Amino acid sequence: MTSSPDVAFDAAQSPHLASVESLVPGLAGVGYIASRRIATALYMAVKLQKPILVEGTAGVGKTELALSTAALLGLPLIRMQCYEGLDESKALYEWKYGKQLLYTQILKDRMGEALSDAPDMDAAMDRLHGMGDLFFSEPFLEPRPLMKALQERTGCVLLIDEIDKSDEAFEAFLLEVLSAYQVSIPEIGVLKAETPPIVFLTSNNVRDLGDALKRRCLHLHIPLPDAALEQRIVASRVPGIEARLNHQLVSFVQSLRGLDLRKSPSISETVDWARALILLNAGALEGEVVRDTLNVLLKFEQDIAAVEPQIAELVRQAAG
Amino acid sequence: MQSALEDFFRALRAADVRVSPAEAIDAHRTVEVVGFADRELFRDALCATLAKSGDEVTRFESVFDTFFDRRSDAVAPSPPPAGAGSDLLEGLPPEAQDSDLARMLLDGDGAALAQAMEAAAERAEVSKIRLSTQRARLTRRLLEEMGLSEIERILAAARRLGGPGEAAADRLEAARKALAAQAAAYVERQHELYAAGSGKMLREEMLARKALNAEGGIDPVDLAMMQALVKRMAKRLADRYSRRRNVAWTGHLDVRRTLRKSMGYGGMPFDIVFKTKKVDKPSIVAICDVSKSVAAAAQFLLTFLYSLNEVVDRLDAFAFSGRLISVNRVLDDHPVETAIFEVLKQIGFQQTDYGRALEDFAEKHLDRIDRHTTVIILGDARTNYANPRLDILATIQQRSRAVIWLNPEPDSYWSQGDSVMNRYERFCHVAKTCNTLEQLERIIEDVLRTYIPR
Repeated sequence: MTSSPDVAFDAAQSPHLASVESLVPGLAGVGYIASRRIATALYMAVKLQKPILVEGTAGVGKTELALSTAALLGLPLIRMQCYEGLDESKALYEWKYGKQLLYTQILKDRMGEALSDAPDMDAAMDRLHGMGDLFFSEPFLEPRPLMKALQERTGCVLLIDEIDKSDEAFEAFLLEVLSAYQVSIPEIGVLKAETPPIVFLTSNNVRDLGDALKRRCLHLHIPLPDAALEQRIVASRVPGIEARLNHQLVSFVQSLRGLDLRKSPSISETVDWARALILLNAGALEGEVVRDTLNVLLKFEQDIAAVEPQIAELVRQAAG
Repeated sequence: MQSALEDFFRALRAADVRVSPAEAIDAHRTVEVVGFADRELFRDALCATLAKSGDEVTRFESVFDTFFDRRSDAVAPSPPPAGAGSDLLEGLPPEAQDSDLARMLLDGDGAALAQAMEAAAERAEVSKIRLSTQRARLTRRLLEEMGLSEIERILAAARRLGGPGEAAADRLEAARKALAAQAAAYVERQHELYAAGSGKMLREEMLARKALNAEGGIDPVDLAMMQALVKRMAKRLADRYSRRRNVAWTGHLDVRRTLRKSMGYGGMPFDIVFKTKKVDKPSIVAICDVSKSVAAAAQFLLTFLYSLNEVVDRLDAFAFSGRLISVNRVLDDHPVETAIFEVLKQIGFQQTDYGRALEDFAEKHLDRIDRHTTVIILGDARTNYANPRLDILATIQQRSRAVIWLNPEPDSYWSQGDSVMNRYERFCHVAKTCNTLEQLERIIEDVLRTYIPR
């Protein structure tokens, strides 16, 4: 366990993290077009060593932000998907039961040999205690994502995806990990991270998170982008796209968001749609193509039915 | 700047953005990292630390703008007229020489005036403003702390002397008026920062206790606020009770699953599996009297129940005055706020008849009630001396999990006049007075709680 203190600040000293201004182009370099507010939150998270809680509707780039940060800083990404019923043994660690079982069997075989010359029961017990208990020890520990993240010597990016899907009990369990970057294992003791990971939690607002968890995190709400930002995002994600088509499709999507839909298209849908249009060799937005590919943008039958009669009008507006 | 930040936290709290001491410390650390130089960076960084939801972000931004803007535009008096002599106080009575305020006013020194106003505001404790009625008094105190009485003495003296001092006195007078207006604006902003939010909170607290069957009905302004309040209450309850779907250990070993899991370990039962109990979601039948005296309460009860759809498995609503009808359809088609009028239109104004309503229910909808169902009846139990049909209520009680009767009238009225509440009461598991939103919230919470196994 030799650790030089400067290892701990490796990530924080990356030139990209010198200021918010350098973070925006840095992220753009790995394909993530960040608004200033996003960059500020990320900057603060690294400087204050606090987790970021990222909220926003599905597909605005919450998970992508964590992936891009890992790529930018050259850190490994450890991802943990939350779901109902997720518990410590899947998130933190598990004992290697099979090996433990073998160990006890070996122990049993050797036991008679080791204890054969003990004169009485007390002496045998003394000797048994003297042998050291390996049964619950680190070699038998199978690390799961959270523990792996804490064990990374040079730091990492830990993405805890869709925390709102997990149970309340698990959320409470996370508090220790997130505030002190350590975990308590009842059989062994406390394991502390040498280099705190950069933690992202994402939430779709399925349920309200507890105040205790929110308090420990910086909060970042990613809204749907305005037209200019969205065009830049599309251009960065779909390199081959023409500026005119980009402009048209983004303004079409923007006007869709103004309608009363069950699920408004978000950035990932826009990007998918742009890719689809490129594949179909569409040079400009036309009613026919839009009608055929509308299912890329809208995920509910009634949304599609509501939009279809207006397509011609919307396309005209987008083109104009 | 330390105290400015503390004031800012106070303003945030007034706007219902929670800032705990730990968050305040975080905010100070944030400021250490980012500094004040870049306003946008400063705002975004603080926002990330302090605002914890999309809603709070909006409130944070509006408080930030109001709070940190006031210094720049608060005091901007007119500059001294060109060609004014080196001594602006020329011609004024000698007291003017000693008055800092007079000098500042005539100099048009905005920064100094702003500073003086901040200092005076601190002495006058303007930021402790709570109510809009305090504004006039605090403005007056603020001006006095700045030394306005001095100026008034100088003006009076200058007018008495007349002559060359008149022109300077005119300018001083104008500057004084401008200052008074600025002081009023300053206090107004303070009110907006510190009191507007808490005033709203006070009002909501009051509305939660407002009697729903008040004479003359409920003010439309209040009604909108109460609707929002009910929805918030319901959301709070839904949040609390939706999390307890699976109640973990009940202590019984699940032999089958334990054996299955032990296969991997050569039959050694390493993983012990316990039986878990599923929590069933409440199923609710609401029967509401919608005659005039109870209609408002019925509206809120229905709003409340409908907002609980996350935690309620099934909700059937019935309304009656003379006859009973199912109002599920109406509630599905109309927003809850207006649905009650639609219901009233369909039922019409008949004389309330509890016996008939119960008969209607027993005839058509009795099979809706099983042992998982909680029946909530809302009504004043004033039968107009008709047969109350206690036998039907007894049947309902036997079939259901619980019968809860909510009566807008206090229990001292329950046996008076044509009220048969004391007779119905025997067939209810719970009979309570429910005439405010607060009582309503408490009762619904009790219902939800009974569905959680211990």
